[in-house]
Amino acid sequence: MEKEEAIFLLKKMMQIRQFEDKISELLGKNIAQGGSHLYAGEEAVAVGAISVLNPDDYITSTHRGHGHAIAKGGKLPELMAEILGKATGVCKGKGGSLHLADLSQGNLGANGIVGGSLGIATGAGISVKMRKTKQVVISFFGDGALNQGIFHESLNMAAKWHLPVIYLCENNLYAMSVSVKRATAVEDLTRRALAYDIPAEKVDGMDILAVRKAVKKWVDFAREGKGPSFLVCNTYRYYGHSRSDARVYRTREEEKSWREKDPIILFSKKLIEGNVLKEEEIKDLEKKVREKIEAATKFAMESPLPEPEALYEDLYV
Amino acid sequence: MRIYMSKTKEITYRQALNEALFEEMKRDEKVFLMAEDIGPYGGAYGVTLGLLEKFGEERVRDTAISEAAIIGAGLGAAMTGMRPVVEIMYIDFIGICMGQINNQVAKIRYMFGGKTKVPLVIRTEGGTGRTLGAHHSQSLESWFIHIPGIKVVMPATPYDAKGLLKTSIRDDNPILFIEHKMLYNTKGEVPEEEYLIPLGQAEVKRKGSDVTLITYSRMLLYSLEAADELEKEGISVEIIDLRSLIPLDVKTIIASIKKTNRVVIVEEDCKTGGVGAEVGMQIMENAFDYLDAPIKRVAGADVPMPKSPILEKLAIPDKERIVKAVKETLK
Ligand SMILES: Cc1ncc(C[n+]2csc(CCOP(=O)(O)OP(=O)(O)O)c2C)c(N)n1
Ligand SMILES: [Mg+2]
Repeated sequence: MEKEEAIFLLKKMMQIRQFEDKISELLGKNIAQGGSHLYAGEEAVAVGAISVLNPDDYITSTHRGHGHAIAKGGKLPELMAEILGKATGVCKGKGGSLHLADLSQGNLGANGIVGGSLGIATGAGISVKMRKTKQVVISFFGDGALNQGIFHESLNMAAKWHLPVIYLCENNLYAMSVSVKRATAVEDLTRRALAYDIPAEKVDGMDILAVRKAVKKWVDFAREGKGPSFLVCNTYRYYGHSRSDARVYRTREEEKSWREKDPIILFSKKLIEGNVLKEEEIKDLEKKVREKIEAATKFAMESPLPEPEALYEDLYV
Repeated sequence: MRIYMSKTKEITYRQALNEALFEEMKRDEKVFLMAEDIGPYGGAYGVTLGLLEKFGEERVRDTAISEAAIIGAGLGAAMTGMRPVVEIMYIDFIGICMGQINNQVAKIRYMFGGKTKVPLVIRTEGGTGRTLGAHHSQSLESWFIHIPGIKVVMPATPYDAKGLLKTSIRDDNPILFIEHKMLYNTKGEVPEEEYLIPLGQAEVKRKGSDVTLITYSRMLLYSLEAADELEKEGISVEIIDLRSLIPLDVKTIIASIKKTNRVVIVEEDCKTGGVGAEVGMQIMENAFDYLDAPIKRVAGADVPMPKSPILEKLAIPDKERIVKAVKETLK
């Protein structure tokens, strides 16, 4: 792996981790209000998958969307400001954590509705085909969305019309408090794609290189006009579902065992062992990321709130 | 104002709902719960905490995230002898199962010539206040008052929440029971002993003589604050809490208007096509002759709910706007 590329991937993952830790801190201090679903622990999925896309490719995101937004080129100050509901936010403070979107970067948006963006991804796939642009779409969604009607409707549509969409399930074992085991009839989630004749694969979502390899394969497949695919990335969210979650449905031992597979530590180790980066370089990188997060936080906190007139703006064109 | 026959205790709105579920499940084993995260998690707002331990997994069923099936399956169980209490975590998600509610739940008894009944309660919550943005802050009650065949209940106090939920569970009709996310922690007195509150009875929450203020759910609290302030200026406001939108207690409304001749309707939902539009027209049809001033509405802005705390506040009524509207009807 090229040094530059390694730094890019590691830096993005660190940005997400530190961004989420910062949001958690701001929530605790009531500087950030409302809910925020944090992506810490799952960084390798968003960063790995999006790193093989072209800048003009599309993604759709979820209620746990900070990681996708950062990986897709979102600017940290604008994202932070959005979460604080500030006028300088990427959606002018109107969307918030649950609705981060940046159309200029191909991010068709986070979504407060579980499964809410699967249709959007499918439609973007139709548009790409009709406009003959060779773009591809990654549709991110959680294991919880697998039991929504729109998951099935979308996969069927995409299969029939050979749409260039990668349906990427972030399987973090739980949808809020309900485990995949308790909610979903099939144990091997890739089997869901069988019903639609869509090729499927599962991958270690804590290993950024594994994610990249798999996504690259299905992105190429889509670009070549071969149609949709279904990828299950096994991962884990470190924080509770949201701030009020006491995590009674999982054990501290389980949490610990997943932290031992931490995607940032794992990748850092590989880079050191492969003589791509030195430990000091990684420490230095972490420090630089921290400075950027602090700057973004300062920007967001000092930014003005929206003006009252904004209430009625942007409803119609 | 209420006179209690028995001893009372102070509990939260959340506890009141929990007690209602507990008592009805204990009373009738056909009552069961089916929804997302109601088991070990105890519900997104903690309403079902402890019920799994008391009644077991068969009667407190955690489901997958499948709103359409939750409602459809609730209906099927209700038609065949059970009394399900299902839950849609936020009313914002109800679009996913709207076809089930509108075309199946609400119509099936009528379409089948009265040959079936649907003792189904759909609990949900709505409203703003937590700056959660457009997918977690809506007030969609007016969608449902437009659907004949389903009742719509919206309690504002712990007393009403408990009594109305118990009655709803015993009712043989489908009921949409809409709670408010900012009320769960509010406290109030409820009797120690069992009580029920009939559906379709509004309650005068404050007596007054100059203006009738009609409201429901969380807006009751804002309206009470506004009335306190107006009283200092010598303006006497009567507050009617509708408690259920279907059936709507037009009688209580008219009786009050006969006395005050002035009306302000306070609602959190979007103004256009909202609950106030219906209530206002009921007044025009039934009590026009008693009005000395045009009916006023203080309602939510016609926009998706913005995230920013400052815009969220602006988008719904507040005490100042209520006070202003009351004064305007007195001009
Ligand atoms: C249609 C709908 N139902 C329920 C919810 C409430 N809710 C928000 S996130 C969530 C769990 C989602 O789990 P999953 O899809 O696995 O994503 P994760 O949170 O694990 O990333 C639930 C139940 C919602 N937002 N939308
Ligand atoms: Mg999940």
